[in-house]
Amino acid sequence: MNFDLGDDERALQQGMRDVCKRLFPMDRVRALEDAGGIDRTLWHELGQAGVFSLRQPESEGGVGLGMTEAALVYEELGRALVPGPVISTHLSVPLIEGALDGQRVVGLIDRERTPPVVGQLPALDTLVVIDPKGLWLVDPQHLGAIPVRQPLDPLTPMYLLEHLPKGDKIAGPKEVARWRREGAVLAAAMLVGIASACTEAAVAYAKERKQFGRPIGSFQAVKHICADMLVREEVARVGTYAAAVMCDDPGAGDVDRAVAGARLLAGDAALANGKASIQVHGGMGYTWEVDAHLYLKRAVLMSTRFGKSDDLAEAVAGTLAP
Amino acid sequence: MDLRYSDSDERFRAELRAWLEDALPSLPPKPGQDNWPARRAWDTRWQQMLFEAGYAGIDWPSEVEGRGATPTEHLIFLEETERAGAPYVGVNFVGLLHAGPTLIAEGTPEQKQRHLPRILRGEEVWCQGFSEPGAGSDLAALSTKAVRDGDHYVVTGQKIWTSFAHVADHCELLVRTDPDAPKHKGITWLIMPMDAKGIEIQPLRTITGSTEFSQMFLDEVRIPVENRVGEENDGWRVAMVTFSFERGTAFVGELIRTMSLVEHVAGLAQRIPRGDGKAWDDPGLRRDLGRIAAELDALWALTRRNVTQAERGTGVPGLGGSVFKLAYSEVRARLGDLTMKLLDRAALGMEDVGGIESGIHVERWFQSMSLTIAAGTSQIQRNIVGERILGLPKEPAV
Ligand SMILES: Cc1cc2nc3c(=O)[nH]c(=O)nc-3n(C[C@H](O)[C@H](O)[C@H](O)COP(=O)(O)OP(=O)(O)OC[C@H]3O[C@@H](n4cnc5c(N)ncnc54)[C@H](O)[C@@H]3O)c2cc1C
Repeated sequence: MNFDLGDDERALQQGMRDVCKRLFPMDRVRALEDAGGIDRTLWHELGQAGVFSLRQPESEGGVGLGMTEAALVYEELGRALVPGPVISTHLSVPLIEGALDGQRVVGLIDRERTPPVVGQLPALDTLVVIDPKGLWLVDPQHLGAIPVRQPLDPLTPMYLLEHLPKGDKIAGPKEVARWRREGAVLAAAMLVGIASACTEAAVAYAKERKQFGRPIGSFQAVKHICADMLVREEVARVGTYAAAVMCDDPGAGDVDRAVAGARLLAGDAALANGKASIQVHGGMGYTWEVDAHLYLKRAVLMSTRFGKSDDLAEAVAGTLAP
Repeated sequence: MDLRYSDSDERFRAELRAWLEDALPSLPPKPGQDNWPARRAWDTRWQQMLFEAGYAGIDWPSEVEGRGATPTEHLIFLEETERAGAPYVGVNFVGLLHAGPTLIAEGTPEQKQRHLPRILRGEEVWCQGFSEPGAGSDLAALSTKAVRDGDHYVVTGQKIWTSFAHVADHCELLVRTDPDAPKHKGITWLIMPMDAKGIEIQPLRTITGSTEFSQMFLDEVRIPVENRVGEENDGWRVAMVTFSFERGTAFVGELIRTMSLVEHVAGLAQRIPRGDGKAWDDPGLRRDLGRIAAELDALWALTRRNVTQAERGTGVPGLGGSVFKLAYSEVRARLGDLTMKLLDRAALGMEDVGGIESGIHVERWFQSMSLTIAAGTSQIQRNIVGERILGLPKEPAV
């Protein structure tokens, strides 16, 4: 057993953090609001960085790594607030040409979730519909859709679909199970990244902002909020890594339970840390100008993807019943 | 990252499992909670059995008759003993989980030779004399004083909340040796023999009705200077080492027990009637329990990470112990609350009521409340996480 990052994993993590800093500094992320959240050049660069091809075998043009490495990479995407359907594009690599190197933007909608809203519709090349029977391809260009006037996450404009056609089947239930499981792990990883960015921002502010003649972080009422943020983040992180490791090595534990639990904890951590960070930032935290709200909003968005918290909690509980 | 155990780890597990299957049926029934001599005898007998089979002090060095096993093997030991329903450390808690490890890290060769094998053989039981009536969270404010008299320290003062004091042979004692130094600088860590003259022990009743801990009145107790661990006035640093064990590794066994407790509670919910069905039919209850199970799974993963790091590091667990203790004590408390809600009126006795195994759950609920207090309260742990991990400024000095 060796459940800690090794040298290669650390290098991958740092490498990805650097890529994100270069491609997605906060002012550029904010500027993407006008571009509907997606810039094709940046998307292509993400492809170049291996974000989508990470787990494709080398013989098929990929990098040949596993879920464990993917979780580390997606944690960084979450931390950097990278917008767009990065998870569905990644998952579609074996099925959809052009996804691998960032030539295509592949969106995803779950037929069973209502209302039928989908992000960044005009920027999508392909839309995959998921339901228990399979994965279906729909042409995003010819869907009747109404833009949601004020998307919660400013970087993820949402569209309400009037009708969701059946589409062309590209895969069956086995692939559906894979998408749901791996999607949940990647979403959990992104949520951990968000939770972690919130802790970092709150702690930095608590060290710098002074009231009553001293940094607010010296007050327990504030310090304890920050300590709880770290605890939530760390617990969610190890849970997510464990789930990723089990995806790569299913004999190492109950994969489905681990994945549901990780996605649950990561969602809770990102939401709670998003709110806590706003509290620590005080009035500034309630402004558009400070980034705190962007993390909370992304946390809300991501926590609706690849599982709902009640269902996830039920799924874990189901494994307790003899 | 790899969650698999190695072949040699699995061999270790198989041998241990086979031994447990043989050994456990030979244990006599457990004595009642306040029958202290019998409890001591029962707990130390188990320790003897472990020792004879080569399973005592799994992670202690072989020079002191430990097994010298890896932290991973230690984890497997805790996993398997819990799975088999083997006794927990009981009255040996302090000696095995933090006094012993502190001596391994900081004791003199003589101290190690004198105490460690005896702890492992179940011949010596320890207690912890840190807290005082006026010094709990602010432990460094302790005032029990020790005055040097030739080759002895003469100790006078009062300790409180001393778990298992009345069955202990030795005590890890913090005393003030320099009253004029700043409060953290004048403290010394001593080994106090519990049969020394001048020690008076007064049991205190706990919330569960048991007499688990006591007050100790110390009146000119003479302790040989050779019983000092670390330098004179350097006891605060040694105490930090003790804490790192107390918070770092000591809760792992607890976690494993709690993971099986969750399954018991789920089973209970499936049997307890509610309306036309069972309590388990309530989705709110199922989800709460699912959440708790998910958190415990993640804490198990955290434990594995800590173990991996320990295998590489110094052997003294790091600050991560505070993160673990905070998260664990909180989820444990939630599980307790949920169980009490589930038991409803069956929780109105400290013994099983109406054919429902409620007594143990009620007791565990009370115990869960000690976790956020003992070994440093949650508020103090949050200060540690905030200041020493996140680097936030210290509180204004008082
Ligand atoms: C079951 C049990 C077994 C124990 N066994 C032992 C033992 O064997 N040996 C031993 O030495 N001790 C033992 N203790 C004592 C334990 O370590 C102390 O109770 C603990 O450290 C808290 O100290 P206190 O009880 O004096 O509470 P106090 O320090 O008086 O705290 C009271 C409340 O104030 C809060 N508080 C205090 N200071 C601060 C601060 N700076 N910031 C924020 N909040 C603060 C605390 O969090 C707590 O909520 C045991 C305790 C229990 C419950």
